[in-house]
Amino acid sequence: MSKKINLFFKGIVDVLPLLIPVVPFGVIVGAIGIELGFTPLETYATSLIIFGGASQIVFLQLFSGGASSIITISSTFVVNSRHLLYGASLSEYLNKLTIGWKLLLSYLLTDQAYAVSNIYFEKNKNENLKHFYLLGSGFILWFVWQIFTIIGIFLGSIVPEELGLAYTIPLTFISLLVGYFRKFDHLIVIFTSGVLSIILYQAPLKSYIILSSFIALALAFILIKLKKENSI
Amino acid sequence: MIWYGIVISGILNFLTKFLSLTYFDTSKMNPFVKKILSYVPSAVFPAIIFPGIFLDSNGLIDFENNPKIYASIIAVIIGVLSRNILATIFSGLAAYWLIIFI
Repeated sequence: MSKKINLFFKGIVDVLPLLIPVVPFGVIVGAIGIELGFTPLETYATSLIIFGGASQIVFLQLFSGGASSIITISSTFVVNSRHLLYGASLSEYLNKLTIGWKLLLSYLLTDQAYAVSNIYFEKNKNENLKHFYLLGSGFILWFVWQIFTIIGIFLGSIVPEELGLAYTIPLTFISLLVGYFRKFDHLIVIFTSGVLSIILYQAPLKSYIILSSFIALALAFILIKLKKENSI
Repeated sequence: MIWYGIVISGILNFLTKFLSLTYFDTSKMNPFVKKILSYVPSAVFPAIIFPGIFLDSNGLIDFENNPKIYASIIAVIIGVLSRNILATIFSGLAAYWLIIFI
């Protein structure tokens, strides 16, 4: 029993440094929801049900901008599709768990929980209770996210519009790309997607995010192919 | 309408994680697919960033006297140098407020 609790807390402690940016991001999501005209309950529901910062912002932004449901939902899905990699990458460690555990851990799986768990799992392949580590890191992030979106919801109704809170949306996404700025092929993909989104902004149904993303991903596909051929 | 949207997006987000955790396995996954997925943030996020910076509230291109452009350049520079998420957000926001209030 104590082993389970130990692993649970180890997960919490290890993910703590990664939670620092989660705090302002949570506040931003809560405040943006209110600023875009959603009710506190609707805004909070995105944190509980969608539970993914980037996806929530895209969802709120597109929905309030008059995009159709299909475009909103599919754009949110595209933003989220990176999680495919997380689940797939952890599955070799977690495939023996019961369905209940898999349901719970899938809900709690986030960028940050994945980052620390993947490292821990690689080093502790034979630890039978290692899923408690992911439970701890996933749970604490979930908890912090819920609390700070609620705080953001309160702040959103207080903060004056002159502060330009909407600008925190592009700013937050810039910060999520800092790890890629030094990679040349990523820079090409970044600029292609960005320029396309401006050109395609007037495309029907606010489809610019999904269109630009797919064209930029196709370019990434070509870049990887070229790189591969050159390295052989 | 909004509630359907939230619930469907929530289910899709959950299924992305649950199905990949249950049925995919990167150790058996095509390395090429893996590589492509690693480009998802670079392909998706700029489509949110660029319109947020370069377009005004009417969706028109706004290059002149646009404080968001200068603030974003500072944020990117700080981001490249520090590789720190918080430093990037706060330097950009500080620069933005400095420009619009002074």
